[in-house]
Amino acid sequence: MTVIAETDQQSFVLLRLGDRRFAVTATQIAELVAPSRIFRFPHHTTEVEGVMLRRGRIVPVCDVAERLIGKGLKSRRFYLIAQRRYGPQTEWVALPVTGDCELINTEMTLPSDTDAAHVAGWLSHAGDVIEVLNLAALTPGPTEAAPTPAPAQLQEARP
Amino acid sequence: MKPLSPTKGPAPRSEQIILFRVSGQLFAVSSASVQEVRGVDSLSGVAKEISQPSLRKVKHVVRRGEYSVYVVNAAMHFGLPPVPPALVFVLRRTRTALLIDGIEKMTSMTRLQALPLAFCHEERIWYRGLTALDQTVVPVVKPDGFLTPEELFLLDASLSQEAEAKRAAERIAEDEPDTSIMQ
Repeated sequence: MTVIAETDQQSFVLLRLGDRRFAVTATQIAELVAPSRIFRFPHHTTEVEGVMLRRGRIVPVCDVAERLIGKGLKSRRFYLIAQRRYGPQTEWVALPVTGDCELINTEMTLPSDTDAAHVAGWLSHAGDVIEVLNLAALTPGPTEAAPTPAPAQLQEARP
Repeated sequence: MKPLSPTKGPAPRSEQIILFRVSGQLFAVSSASVQEVRGVDSLSGVAKEISQPSLRKVKHVVRRGEYSVYVVNAAMHFGLPPVPPALVFVLRRTRTALLIDGIEKMTSMTRLQALPLAFCHEERIWYRGLTALDQTVVPVVKPDGFLTPEELFLLDASLSQEAEAKRAAERIAEDEPDTSIMQ
């Protein structure tokens, strides 16, 4: 008989940015997609590169490499589409990554007071210590999103 | 027992829009928001120069009845490279006329997606949202997003000052004796 020990294991998706790996909780990940066209238009949110069309939705592309590894990505292999919370709402954001992603199950160590705001915790995996990302602190957004009565994602056009 | 008839959902509402270009970039505006489309040449003679150093995107004003309509250079507003504009949109229910490169086409949109919350700066004032047309994403502008109430206040104040200075100059001219007759 197999005895399954009860642990605090969670699923995480490991992503690669240059030489480093980071993790996001798997429940936040919608999908991993091949690079597609990025549409750009004037705006002042420097962390947002543009938007991409995915399954009928318009998804902002946020290159988080500059902030995490100190330089933007020259090449990108995939876009990891993750759910980002804005108060009571969630929206998709696309994060460019440079390599394959991996799903793992492990325990997370909680962050300390001295960790940066974008660190949601730490993982130990295959000899590496990996930051678990807090997307709400890493990607731009209003400080406090006002609750909206209807989902903001798709509205019918009203003249 | 009657067989269930296939139910049709309500037809999606659509909104007529004008696709226009500013410095090569495509934008959309609701047709209902555009009161007039004119060539920039038609402004000469009716537009008066205005100078507000903190608002370089506005260089002209047009008097329309009791209102002053400010002519906004859309390329400067969006921070795009300047291109000589060819057309001007007079925007309904605003005090804005918008200088643009040209109209791409008129079409309709059935879906307007709110601007993703990741966009968190002035663009939230500029755009009503984004729409996908022919596999392209186009920002839909807010007609009242080109001049904020504070900017309108500045421009109105600037106009008042200019008018006051003009009146003062006229008074001085009237008060001065006509030396040509006296001599």
